[in-house]
Amino acid sequence: METRATRVTLSVWALGVVLFLWLPLVLICVYAFNSSNIQSWPIAGFSTKWFTAVWHNQDARDALVLSLKAAGVATFIAVLLGTAAAAVVSRFAFFGRDAITFLLVLPIALPGVVTGIALNSFFSNNPVHHISPSLWTIVIGHATFCIVIVYNNVVARMRRTQTSLTEASMDLGADGWQTFRFVTLPVISTALVAGALLAFALSLDEVIVTTFTAGAQNTLPIWILGNLRTGQQLPQVNVMVFFVIVMTVIPVAIAARLTRDTGILRRR
Amino acid sequence: MTSQAYDAARPRSGARRRLSAALWRRPWLRAVVLLLPPLGWMLVFYLAALAVLFVSAFWSIDSFTGKLTHTFTWANFHQIVSDPTYRQIAWRTIWMAAAVTATDAVIAFPFAYYMARIAGPRQRTLLFVLVLLPLWSSYLARIYAWRLILNHDGALNWTLGKLGLPTQGWAFTNTAIWIVFSYIWLPFMILPIYAALERIPDSFLEASQDLGARNWTTFRRVIVPLALPGIVAGSIFTFSLTLGDYITPSLVGNVDFIGNVIYRNVLGLTNNLPFAAAYATIPLAVMAIYLVAAKRLGAFEAL
Repeated sequence: METRATRVTLSVWALGVVLFLWLPLVLICVYAFNSSNIQSWPIAGFSTKWFTAVWHNQDARDALVLSLKAAGVATFIAVLLGTAAAAVVSRFAFFGRDAITFLLVLPIALPGVVTGIALNSFFSNNPVHHISPSLWTIVIGHATFCIVIVYNNVVARMRRTQTSLTEASMDLGADGWQTFRFVTLPVISTALVAGALLAFALSLDEVIVTTFTAGAQNTLPIWILGNLRTGQQLPQVNVMVFFVIVMTVIPVAIAARLTRDTGILRRR
Repeated sequence: MTSQAYDAARPRSGARRRLSAALWRRPWLRAVVLLLPPLGWMLVFYLAALAVLFVSAFWSIDSFTGKLTHTFTWANFHQIVSDPTYRQIAWRTIWMAAAVTATDAVIAFPFAYYMARIAGPRQRTLLFVLVLLPLWSSYLARIYAWRLILNHDGALNWTLGKLGLPTQGWAFTNTAIWIVFSYIWLPFMILPIYAALERIPDSFLEASQDLGARNWTTFRRVIVPLALPGIVAGSIFTFSLTLGDYITPSLVGNVDFIGNVIYRNVLGLTNNLPFAAAYATIPLAVMAIYLVAAKRLGAFEAL
């Protein structure tokens, strides 16, 4: 129904939006190879010396290791809990089912700073036990908003598969675990992996909630933020940022391929 | 099935089997066993945390010792309402959230329309991935990129100079905050609108035209109403994310937003958790109202 003029205008608009989305990302990657430590455009020259500098920067390495640990553990918890919730919500109809979905979405539907301060005051002011910042406080924060990512992916896949598969398996004498291992798991595996990759990418990059749960510890995003605030080590920040972009884009690209059928890759 | 899988799948006797059979016969028991861990996690770590936060908004800080006083007081809320600075910061944040939401809706709608109704299947997939990757790529990197772009000697002024146009001085202004917020949350608006538009069957549009509607009328009376839940779904994200973000204003702007006040009172020098908790009820209340309104407009189905 669109006229030719409309189509041309819209395609120009689409091209503009793609450029708007991508040019800043390309630009920041170019800065990683800046030979000068002055951040102006165009860059002074091509160099990989800051990559070497970051490699030998102990603080940056520690921050990266902490981030990988936190993301790994948080993803593991999110996969277990998210899959369990998805199995129930997709297979049972009961009172309060919508409330469960709502509860899982809440940590990412509410402003990040609210989640952050809630966890912070919970750790330090709960009536039972004062919890000092550690890897585990970071993990608790991350897992809480990663559960919904896994949940969304798995629930979409489970809704599309028929219950007759599991019924047949049970009829043929398999027990509950065998049915899960040999029937359900193969069906949901790609959605599960995609959800896990996205949860990992989200955890690796999260900073708003993390600042409230990490105490004096540095995750990679907190290390980057600290340097951006003080304006120190900016050439090394460029390299780290380049690295983080690559590290988050790869799992998301894989996840996008794995869930082409369900197409549920929205962050929230 | 391979023989190995067959061996593993062979029926077994014993306790595990009885347990499995018991669970299979009682679906509600299975549901409870599966639901307990995720629900328990959310109740203990999230709802309990929100409850502690809410209660602590009614506590106060002893001005001499700096310790929490666990007695009920309205003082924090009273201070927020009476102090013009805090009122101004709250309004500024809410206005910014609204401006960013409107900007993203205007940018996203034509793009989503192109994706859903004009692009071919291959191009559609490509565009989908091109929107998705920035959404997931590093949040800090994208803010930082704009700081470099908007700098006095950054890429934007360089380009403007080459084109013979006057240079801009937006670095560290509200304009910069507006641009960066609109940039980082744009994919959150595009995807739900695209999903809503993609679901409109062609037959609806044909029916509209058969009944004599012109293109513009079809667009206004069929497409826009059906896309509205998608727009509202997208706006939940752009609005909520802007309300809760204190990092963007602190990196590319020079004024306080709600998040900055909260951050300073929890982790900064001020150290007044009860006041921060009270102030955090503003974005919480705004989002609660927003979510209720969104539910009425059918946005939850479009999420």
